[in-house]
Amino acid sequence: MEFFDKLWEWAPEVFPFLIKASVVTLQVTAGSLALALVLGIFVAVARISSFKLLSYPALIYTDVMRGTPALVQLFIIYFGLSDLGLEFDPISAAIIGLGLNGAAYVGEIYRAGIVAIHRGQIEAALSLGMTPVRAMRYIILPQAVRIVLPPLTNYAILLVKDTAIISTIAAPEVMFEARRIVQATFMHSVSGQIYLMAALIYMAITLPMSYVAKRLERAKAAWH
Amino acid sequence: MEALVRIIDLHKNFGSLEVLKGISIEVTKGEKLTIIGPSGSGKTTLLRCVNYLEKPTSGHVYVDDKLIGEKKVNGRYVHLSDRELAKERAGIGFVFQRFNLFPHLTALDNVTVAPRRVLGMQVAEADEMAMEMLEKVGLAHKAGEYPERLSGGQQQRVAIARVLGMQPKLMLFDEATSALDPELIGEVLKVMRELAEEGRTMMIVTHEIQFAEEVSDRVIFMDEGRVIEEGPPKEIFSKPRHERTQTFLHQILER
Amino acid sequence: MSEMIEFLKGYEDYFGDWVWEMLIASLVTMELMLLSFILACALGLVIALMRISQFSVLSGLTKVYIGFFRGVPVLVILYWIYFAMPELGYKILLISSFTAAVLGLGIHGSAFLAEVFRSGIEALDHGQMEAALSLGMTPSQALRFIILPQAARVVLPPMANYSVGLLKETALCSIIAVPELMLRAKDVASSSFLPMHAFVLAAVFYYIMSFPMMRLAEHLEAKMAVGR
Repeated sequence: MEFFDKLWEWAPEVFPFLIKASVVTLQVTAGSLALALVLGIFVAVARISSFKLLSYPALIYTDVMRGTPALVQLFIIYFGLSDLGLEFDPISAAIIGLGLNGAAYVGEIYRAGIVAIHRGQIEAALSLGMTPVRAMRYIILPQAVRIVLPPLTNYAILLVKDTAIISTIAAPEVMFEARRIVQATFMHSVSGQIYLMAALIYMAITLPMSYVAKRLERAKAAWH
Repeated sequence: MEALVRIIDLHKNFGSLEVLKGISIEVTKGEKLTIIGPSGSGKTTLLRCVNYLEKPTSGHVYVDDKLIGEKKVNGRYVHLSDRELAKERAGIGFVFQRFNLFPHLTALDNVTVAPRRVLGMQVAEADEMAMEMLEKVGLAHKAGEYPERLSGGQQQRVAIARVLGMQPKLMLFDEATSALDPELIGEVLKVMRELAEEGRTMMIVTHEIQFAEEVSDRVIFMDEGRVIEEGPPKEIFSKPRHERTQTFLHQILER
Repeated sequence: MSEMIEFLKGYEDYFGDWVWEMLIASLVTMELMLLSFILACALGLVIALMRISQFSVLSGLTKVYIGFFRGVPVLVILYWIYFAMPELGYKILLISSFTAAVLGLGIHGSAFLAEVFRSGIEALDHGQMEAALSLGMTPSQALRFIILPQAARVVLPPMANYSVGLLKETALCSIIAVPELMLRAKDVASSSFLPMHAFVLAAVFYYIMSFPMMRLAEHLEAKMAVGR
């Protein structure tokens, strides 16, 4: 088929650019994931806290982050804040935007994990004479980590795919690069092949992650 | 006494594994036939062939003189359509080892769903009939409960009520108490005993030897896909003739 | 507090117009979402049935389909349908951006929903079908009264969650020039030089649209979890 002929023809030239751009994809993914994982702890703790002053804002934050498109949040940070004097380069804006967005999702995952642990566990630990801190450390957290790992891996996969939206603020990642190549070199006739190559790059990243996620799910199921 | 069930030279293969190697049995109307044997002997498969949950590889099953699962067309045997098969199954009651109650329906609805949807019974009539059936098994007070709130023994009794709701001519029990905790077995056996006393035709696969002795008219011992020995319970349980029967009874009564 | 007032003052000249324009654009957003949802469900069901079919060819092909569309960002699919397909000589598919968007979102979503439907069907224990058949139900009666009601309980919460995600995905369609809310927000932002105000207002509209869906999703999750 002609389509695939063109694909083999252009792949050697185009792929290197896309692979280089995928480094940015991975950087942004790692950065925002790290931010989300850390902020998520605060969000989760605030949400399960009994202080209304903490739990309500956390609830609203989570709901708004999950109820509005990440693209809007990104634009608010990149274009909106610069209007107010706070400028970010595309990659920083991307990490902050996706990180803040992710904190809401990760917070939910943490919260569900903590809640899932049977009350009886805490009670048993305390009756054995453990301090709450010890109980946390040796009984609760190890179990929570097991519960939380599969959904977190799934979230990481979603995050990789979400990084595609930062192409709209000119972050030099895969989608942006693919589009740039098509437009800059007037290679519109092979845009199909080029975007297919971009798709394959994403798959090369997400497929191994999915495999790991499945293994984790299976391990978790067996552990129960 | 006419035979309600006639099983003729039944063979069943699962792939290369021959599970039933030529079973021929007759069950007369009102008879309680118990089938015992080690696991893998094919007794569950045999029962499942009677209501065609398993398709026999060869051989035929007749219930009430009707050929089950197939029909003769121009001298050849042909499989029945889903609708025809469903009609035949409606008259045969099957009680599963794992109850298989419908979790999204209450106990009452579990009993009424088939009479309503298959027999076309009106809701009020079906509800009334279902309450009677639940009364019969001692669970009228649980009519509005969902299966997950019922104990194993209660669930199995609801399953029996569900089968009774269809007014079956024949009842098949596939290790009805094997999945129950010991203290719950009694309540199910009690119901089965009452059904036996009503004169129903029953084919029972079970490990409950004492129950089998009390209730059966005839006992069949199966091993490795064949009928090894058959006879009245007194004979089989106290004076088994075949060595394999003796070995099996020894093992099972050692418990 | 005074900064808040300063900020809100920025809306003075534009608020009325913006609200009106964004409202109209929101209708396009919802239309886009609805049509994509229907396509994703219908296609997803078909794919799921093929995936669990006995024919290994069908099962294998759909496995690849699902794996591909779930591993790739929806933006790539949108680009491909809108920019690339016309170039490939499929001139018949010189479709409007709206149609491209519906196709893109729908096809991408079908892969996700196919897996949801598949697990819904497979979650059902074998014995349920046998019990229904033993009571004299035909396979289609069993499907209708016993199997599908149970499958629906498994499948509805993820579907509700998916619809919320789908609503947010419609914002991406602004990139392929679909006249929905996000595009309107961008236009309004650039013409007024007030990006912050424009996008915050757009966010409010999105939140209002997603709020009922999120509550529905939560309600369904709670209801299904309690067990019936």
